[in-house]
Amino acid sequence: MRAPEAVISGARVASNDGDARVQNSTEPKIEVRHLDFYYGAQRALKDVNLTLADRTITAFIGPSGCGKSTLLRVLNRMYALYSGHRATGDVLLDGENILSPSVDVASLRFRVGMVFQKPTPFPMSVFDNVAFGLRLAQRISRRELGERVELALRDAALWDEVKGKLSEDGRSLSGGQQQRLCIARTLAVRPEVVLFDEPTAALDPISTLRVEETLEGLRERYCIAIVTHNLQQAARVSDVTGFMYLGELIEIGPTEQIFTTPKDRRTDDYVTGRFG
Amino acid sequence: MRRSLVRKLTNIVALALSTVATLIGLTCLGAILWTLLRSGLAGVSTQLFTHMTPPPGSAGGGLLNAIFGSLAVTAIGIALGAPIGILAGTYLAEYGRDSSLASVTRFVNDVLLSAPSIIVGLFVYEVVVVPMGHFSAIAGALALAVIAIPVTVRTTEDMLRLVPQGLKDASTALGAYPWRTITSVVYPAARSGIVTGLLLAIARVSGETAPLLFTALNNQFWSSNLAAPIANLPVVIFQFAMSPYQEWQQLAWSGALLITLAILLLSIVARVVVSALQPTGRAG
Repeated sequence: MRAPEAVISGARVASNDGDARVQNSTEPKIEVRHLDFYYGAQRALKDVNLTLADRTITAFIGPSGCGKSTLLRVLNRMYALYSGHRATGDVLLDGENILSPSVDVASLRFRVGMVFQKPTPFPMSVFDNVAFGLRLAQRISRRELGERVELALRDAALWDEVKGKLSEDGRSLSGGQQQRLCIARTLAVRPEVVLFDEPTAALDPISTLRVEETLEGLRERYCIAIVTHNLQQAARVSDVTGFMYLGELIEIGPTEQIFTTPKDRRTDDYVTGRFG
Repeated sequence: MRRSLVRKLTNIVALALSTVATLIGLTCLGAILWTLLRSGLAGVSTQLFTHMTPPPGSAGGGLLNAIFGSLAVTAIGIALGAPIGILAGTYLAEYGRDSSLASVTRFVNDVLLSAPSIIVGLFVYEVVVVPMGHFSAIAGALALAVIAIPVTVRTTEDMLRLVPQGLKDASTALGAYPWRTITSVVYPAARSGIVTGLLLAIARVSGETAPLLFTALNNQFWSSNLAAPIANLPVVIFQFAMSPYQEWQQLAWSGALLITLAILLLSIVARVVVSALQPTGRAG
């Protein structure tokens, strides 16, 4: 299913489908066209085409090694850290091709934030963790810095738990708190797009629930892409779901449709648990 | 049944052999410390820390100039060597990684690490002492720096490599360039390891004698002139222990005890630093 019909933005699907959750969606935020990705000689992504709509949560599901994390890492050019990794095609963020060599990757990453699988609090206080990106991105007064940190912690649903221990080491928080600290850290710079790479894979069920609630609260304001191995999670939190297999985007559409009436048999097999 | 007996016996023999080996090692160490304490303590008095090294044959005197000289030469040597060692280790771990320059540097560093220190002394002698025309404290410090660099490079690289890639990725994903990631995230995460490496480098160089013989030499008197020869504990111990004078031999014993205790203290401090800087992380 690589024909253009498969390239469905959340927005367009919403109007066709009348899914209430998707109706907030506005114009496309990120457009991926004919994206190929290589680890050395190995082709990890094959002609991927898709659109991520603003104010929409798009989930990517698929078996291990299908390229979903790779796709995410292209969107903020994290792959550029390693030699031999190469992407071809176009990835347009508000119409500007971010794969172009002239793009400043640091500024790109201020706009496209990322939360990783394992919580990675920096070896500094809770406050400094959240302020880290802010201090990089702009000169900012102490007062405003404090306000932005508090706001980010509130957005990540962590404020009430840490407001009394902002000066404690970020690593002293529990695993679930650490992950929400990382989300707060990413939100603090006010990105336009937030990428979640299996954000709850290392968390217990209760912490997972908290993170999902946090995602829920972010839906209204961000363009969000989430990679997950947890099908129920994709079904719970996302508006649009894409199924990937062996480096190809097999099918993408409204979450409900992907899980109930997928067009491709491989998608059907995967979501019904016949493989993967 | 018989097989299990053989296996049990093998186990007992192996356990016995390793216990004996451990005991031999500990006995040697214990004997050295015991001799040092017995002979060295006899000469320890306030005079040791307040008087200069005495002329041959005269009673009294202390090691003040040698203690000061050792502290000065070691401090300058570490001040020169540590930044180079840490930056080179940072290059190997964070920038060079598997590049050919990094591989060559790593190999050369390993060679330097095991090079006899007398070679380092001769090298600095040729490069600094000969052009200057005389021995000097700064030449001694340079020789110690050359010895400290490979130790620091190695520990720094090892410690930085222990920092999880995820931490570096997270910093990069927030828009930080590598140098910012290294200074703000990687160094703090590896702080206790790097500090320990430095302390071990200090311990390593503070007992070095051979390189100082060719560079700082010795000085009978108080000197704080970096361009002049300076007294230092290792060379004083070497000369006084070889002398026929009993007062000098006693001072050599006391000096040896001082160095040993200083290194012991540094090792303890290194352990305390490690546990104090360790994060109080918990799971869940």
